Amino acid sequence: MAGKEDLKLLGLLVSPFVIRVRMALSMKGLNYEYVEEDIFNKSELLIKLNPVHKKVPVLIHNGKPICESLVIVQYVDELFAGRAILPTDPYERATALFWAAYIEDKLSPAWIGILKAKAEEERAEKVKETLAAIEHVEVAFAKCSNGNAFFGGDSIGYFDIVLGSFLFWFEALRRMYGLEIINTSKTPLLAAWAERFRGSVEAKEVVPEADKAVQYANKLHAATAAAVKLVSSE
Amino acid sequence: MAGGGELKLLGTWASPWACRVRIAMHLKALSYDYVEEDLDNKSDLLLTSNPVHKKVPVLIHNGKPISESLVIVQYIDEAFASNGRSLLPSDPQERAIARFWAAYIDDKITASWKQAFSAKTEEERLEGTKQLLVAVETLEGALRVCSKGKPFFGGDSVGYLDVVLGGLLPWLQGTEALCGVEFLDAARTPLLSAWAERFGALDAAKAVLPDVGRLVEFAKVRREQQAAAAAAAKN
Repeated sequence: MAGKEDLKLLGLLVSPFVIRVRMALSMKGLNYEYVEEDIFNKSELLIKLNPVHKKVPVLIHNGKPICESLVIVQYVDELFAGRAILPTDPYERATALFWAAYIEDKLSPAWIGILKAKAEEERAEKVKETLAAIEHVEVAFAKCSNGNAFFGGDSIGYFDIVLGSFLFWFEALRRMYGLEIINTSKTPLLAAWAERFRGSVEAKEVVPEADKAVQYANKLHAATAAAVKLVSSE
Repeated sequence: MAGGGELKLLGTWASPWACRVRIAMHLKALSYDYVEEDLDNKSDLLLTSNPVHKKVPVLIHNGKPISESLVIVQYIDEAFASNGRSLLPSDPQERAIARFWAAYIDDKITASWKQAFSAKTEEERLEGTKQLLVAVETLEGALRVCSKGKPFFGGDSVGYLDVVLGGLLPWLQGTEALCGVEFLDAARTPLLSAWAERFGALDAAKAVLPDVGRLVEFAKVRREQQAAAAAAAKN
């Protein structure tokens, strides 16, 4: 169970994608060396091991890198014994993977777009997209959970990690823009699920306070503004 | 031909995503009912089976729908593990690498391809083709690493990543006619060009992939229709 595996994770404390991997590793009882990257000053190791995207997370297992959070989570699940993260039934697994793809393709770019929007109009558009996407996820939860506490059953699984890793950022967006992505009136099932996720042992271990996300967002905005100034002053 | 239960696939002849699934089904020697959808007049079955995206392909296995081509291919590989060979590599690390590149193909390659194809200005088109060429070069590198000198991404025989890219083959071959730049070029991408020949010669590919000429004509007509509809919507 608790492995003496050679595991190293390049990450960022506020990255939901990194948090997914950390939750998966923790669920398998695995120890690993954690390296906090400075996104504004990426390490040579990161660039060397993820030359295509130059992004975290990167899991290094026995010296070999694995990139992309969903790929890493599936890798950890398949390779290491212990608690199952993805469902074991092929059809249920396909359902979980479908919704993870939906989160990555529709929900993720939308809420990240709220942060990155350069104008109010763009932001409003991204808010609309985010709210439309989360409505679909509410329906998915109703179908998949079957009355259980989490997407896959009575304990945290793959889809819970994939979506749950975003929750502290949703709270950050609420503090920054007054936006409620998940709320008790429009998405009651997700609201209740979010409470359970936040209160779980697995989440408490690795999910940071929303304030950290707000601070990071401010840093990002400041850096972007500075870059714009630099360009426009030339 | 074995098929554990009832298999039905909703697709369109031109859809590269549907082609992926059909190629995988062929490689796994699975028999299934194929339904050609009319995307301008989607069937009730399609709309109820994939209510979120309303897109093809959708695989319906014993009445239960599965959507998203990559999810479907992995599903049939697992659900019919005893049929033919495994599409995904058995080694977890190699599996992770295959999934990484599949995600890359669906994110970077298709995004830049679409930009070049649907561009409304020459500037947009050039940006798209620029990014596409960078992505293709990266993919050439991936093939070198994954194949290790063997004929396919999967090694000696066709695997997951070959299927993932292979479904797109006629579109890739039509890139010059549709986007103004050659995707597969013997000088720039020798490995991918050789791979394309080999893949295209497979029984599964010949049975499933549409003719490039027919596809190019269809895509051009479709593009004009969409541009006209967009212009009409503005007035």
